[in-house]
Amino acid sequence: MSSVPSLNKAQPRWLVFGLLALGLALLPFLVDAGLGRSWVRLLDLALLYVMLALGLNIVVGYAGLLDLGYVAFYALGAYVYAWLASPHFGLHLPFWAILPLGAALAGMFGVLLGTPTLRLRGDYLAIVTLGFGEIIRIFLNNLNAPVNITNGPQGINLIDPVRLGSFSLSQPHELLGYTFTGVHLTYYLFLLLTLAVIFISMRLEDSRIGRAWVAIREDEIAAAATGINTRNLKLLAFAMGATFGGLAGGLFASFQGFISPESFNLMESIMILCMIVLGGMGHIPGVIFGALLLTLLPEALRYTGDWQRNLFGQIYVDPADLRMLLFGLALVAVMLYRPAGMIPSARRRQEFADAKG
Amino acid sequence: MSALLTVSGVSKAFGGLQALSDISLQVHRGEIFGLIGPNGAGKTTLFNAFTGLYTIDRGEIHLNATRLDGRKPHQVLQSGLARTFQNIRLFAEMTALENVLVGRHARTASGVVGAVLRLPDTRREEADSRERAHALLRRMGLAQHAHRLAKNLPYGDQRRLEIARALATEPSLLALDEPAAGMNKAERAALRELLLQLQADGLTLLLIEHDVKLVMGLCTRLAVLDYGVKIAEGTPDVVNRDPKVIAAYLGDEAL
Repeated sequence: MSSVPSLNKAQPRWLVFGLLALGLALLPFLVDAGLGRSWVRLLDLALLYVMLALGLNIVVGYAGLLDLGYVAFYALGAYVYAWLASPHFGLHLPFWAILPLGAALAGMFGVLLGTPTLRLRGDYLAIVTLGFGEIIRIFLNNLNAPVNITNGPQGINLIDPVRLGSFSLSQPHELLGYTFTGVHLTYYLFLLLTLAVIFISMRLEDSRIGRAWVAIREDEIAAAATGINTRNLKLLAFAMGATFGGLAGGLFASFQGFISPESFNLMESIMILCMIVLGGMGHIPGVIFGALLLTLLPEALRYTGDWQRNLFGQIYVDPADLRMLLFGLALVAVMLYRPAGMIPSARRRQEFADAKG
Repeated sequence: MSALLTVSGVSKAFGGLQALSDISLQVHRGEIFGLIGPNGAGKTTLFNAFTGLYTIDRGEIHLNATRLDGRKPHQVLQSGLARTFQNIRLFAEMTALENVLVGRHARTASGVVGAVLRLPDTRREEADSRERAHALLRRMGLAQHAHRLAKNLPYGDQRRLEIARALATEPSLLALDEPAAGMNKAERAALRELLLQLQADGLTLLLIEHDVKLVMGLCTRLAVLDYGVKIAEGTPDVVNRDPKVIAAYLGDEAL
């Protein structure tokens, strides 16, 4: 096996890693200088969606379980964070305690929601998970009476930012003559956690567990007859995906400082699914690309309003409408011309090539 | 000879259709046991009952001392009965190597933590699995296809890959559902050689086959099913002369 790396091959690899790390470290400053502070904020959000997409990728991409209620776990993570670190209940626990707690709770709910769906596949599974997602959202919307747990549609406000001792991510800090603002620091925290999620996904993909998931996706009966405990592995996929969702939810709550059920609607689930499908299902680079594209592209399309004004002197098409139109067209184009996703895995590319030829 | 698989009084009905009626048979250690019968006789149903895909209505199935009926498919495999399918069921989008590696799942134990941290035990297990998988592919003459997708392999190779995947689970009894289906003469001869080799290695084989010539030359003993009833059991030449078998295959007029 290739466990002995040759020197001339290993060196460029480290060089690539080094450059990539440097690029990622400098990125928020470049974006800040080039596009403005609001784009650094978007970058933070994009990283959250990368985590979410990678989580859903485990369920949909690897295990082949079409989950349309994924946003429920995102919501759970966010609400757990909000409950334990806001004036709502008067609790202000530290983030390093709440984040894992929220992720674990979301994982537990993943198993809980997964259990009754074990016999379902494809469309039926999609409908039931869609229902679960809505149930959670409606609960959040209505659990403000008789006991006020979620504060209903008003949501929970004044959520604590990530804070370690007196070091808060919501305030700027000076270091070596540079000023790191809150969004910059948040970027580094999110980047770190995103890299961890990527790492875990990569390791799982190339393991006994990952292969078992793909086997279930390919042929559940053959997988069972080859010795895979399909029930446990499907639940594990739900749990792992939900854990990542819960983690992203907690970060989202701390980042925004405010959450309400509105942020966790069906459209959100569908967007995350689109990121996976568009980028390349079951392929980590594709999923990351899809998440970045679908978070940043709609924002970029906001500029079409300015262009129209410059070009015609007035706005003919509302940028928000145009955004959705172009977005829809882009989705259709990708499905037509790159049905396996923008960056499909070698495997999928092969599959679609075969289907054509 | 000691019995490896003991089937006693197994019945299974689908609605009003009695697919299996009171089937009893024994497969002895080290033999190649053939299960034959006309189309719709219940052969595959019996296979599915053995491997936990169907629950049976009555009767018992034992592998050694382990009771198989009522167990889930993965538990049946765990206790040492592996199978292949009549219509090949590979993991189409996985490479040949990965297909065989999935076969190692039941004999390995690494979990999420081991996989993420690549703990020493996991590395060792993974290396061992890969080594065994490569060896199996070589043995099946598939070494050059290790990194090709299963779905892109020629038909005969797919059949052999399915056997390799089953062998990776280290079964004591390998059940093959029409392994020669769709094979040409040369491929059949190669399959025959392979099955004899496996038998020589100490594996017990259970075989559903339509090709009577292949079965007669290969099997130690046979059972014949017709309309869900076992109508004969014995060595090939005994079964061959059984009037009930001739009637089942050729019709009563042939007598």
